[in-house]
Amino acid sequence: MKKETWKELTIGTINPNAGNSVQNHTGTWRSGTKPEFIEEHCIHCFFCWLYCPHFAVVIDGDKVKGFNYDYCTGCGLCAEECPTKEKSIIMVKENVQLAGGGEE
Amino acid sequence: MAKLKDIAQLEDRLVAGHGMCLGCGIPLIFKVALRATEDPLIISNATGCLEVCTTIFPRTAWNTTWVHSAFENAAATMAGIEAMYKSLKRNGKLPQDKEIKFLATAGDGGTYDIGLQALSGAMERGHNFVYLCYDNNAYANTGGQRSSATPFGASATTSPAGSEIPGKLQRKKDLTKILAAHNIPYVAQANPARWQDLYNKAKKAFEVEGPAFLNVLCPCPTEWKYDESMTVKLAKTAMDTCVWPLYEVDNGKYKINYTPKEKKSVTEWLKPQGRFRHLFKEENAWVIEEYQKQVDEDWEELHKLVEMTK
Ligand SMILES: Cc1ncc(C[n+]2csc(CCOP(=O)(O)OP(=O)(O)O)c2C)c(N)n1
Ligand code: SF4
Ligand code: SF4
Repeated sequence: MKKETWKELTIGTINPNAGNSVQNHTGTWRSGTKPEFIEEHCIHCFFCWLYCPHFAVVIDGDKVKGFNYDYCTGCGLCAEECPTKEKSIIMVKENVQLAGGGEE
Repeated sequence: MAKLKDIAQLEDRLVAGHGMCLGCGIPLIFKVALRATEDPLIISNATGCLEVCTTIFPRTAWNTTWVHSAFENAAATMAGIEAMYKSLKRNGKLPQDKEIKFLATAGDGGTYDIGLQALSGAMERGHNFVYLCYDNNAYANTGGQRSSATPFGASATTSPAGSEIPGKLQRKKDLTKILAAHNIPYVAQANPARWQDLYNKAKKAFEVEGPAFLNVLCPCPTEWKYDESMTVKLAKTAMDTCVWPLYEVDNGKYKINYTPKEKKSVTEWLKPQGRFRHLFKEENAWVIEEYQKQVDEDWEELHKLVEMTK
């Protein structure tokens, strides 16, 4: 992520760029587990979308499509709240990459 | 009745890339509550987790007009903004029928404690805005100091459980009733685990003419010390134990919005949370007993208020 210098920033801590936090990839501080989507079990109830604190559940119209790992922090709430008998979301271990805050 | 799939299609006014903790309850509340209006929305936000985590300059997670305020004056800031728009309309600078919604928000520290005077003043003057308190029971952003919303018996950094005290010795302040005593059009308690109820309450709050107050329980895995995947389950337990009853006061009439099939013991609420761990030592059994008594009393009082205002 490119960091602006004082020459580029607006004076007076005004931010005219609504929603530009999407440039912060919170997925870089994921817990070490991540959710995996098992589409065939999904009933598209949208609970995972509702309860994801990091806006990482991808939907398209009335369907859940999976996860945006750029933002997913691996909290496990989606899997915990998924109501299907055969889970549509399972948490799996991944190799942890320490947050570097480096270049994209 | 709104359907989850339908409201999901609406634009997010709080977006990805904020820095709130894993499993934090705050985004769950705002995701739903802000969808309850589609009009232009202006938010004032006292400092606290929400403010700090959404606006690390030069980024913002707000996809709507948003104003920072100091810790104590989110309500005063919004009162000024609301009055200014009224004046713009009066002076013909904005069309009379232009709908704009206003929301002030803060945590429990910024609402129950330091912001109470500004809040009370704005409500009493009748400003037309919604105040939403996300009650995470502590000054979370500065490391978990106790507030007047911290529950009886909870360990916090300024009410640490140990050999001197078994956690906080004071009873939680009943802020919702204090707001109801302002005789404003709408006051309600909600919970992110019941999205439909939260959505309906936010909708009513935005639609009433005059001030409205929403007090929303907000689980905080970091300060309550529980597994972050359990945020919604814990919020449900708060309803089922009646630790956080869902009710509203609509033009003075009390109404309970959720009655558990079987009221659970407070221990189910206390057990998963590290901040109450010390209560399970033998010598602190009286604290749990006292806590249960408080919860029972409040629940009973609520029923009386419903009866009285029928
Ligand atoms: C007048 C003043 N005192 C203290 C602070 C430091 N401070 C910033 S946020 C905060 C705690 C906020 O607690 P709360 O309102 O409960 O929100 P939370 O952090 O829990 O979201 C404190 C004490 C401040 N900014 N201004
Ligand atoms: S693990 Fe947490 S952050 Fe990731 S998609 Fe599920 S709820 Fe969202
Ligand atoms: S400390 Fe608590 S309230 Fe604050 S961001 Fe973390 S989980 Fe949310």
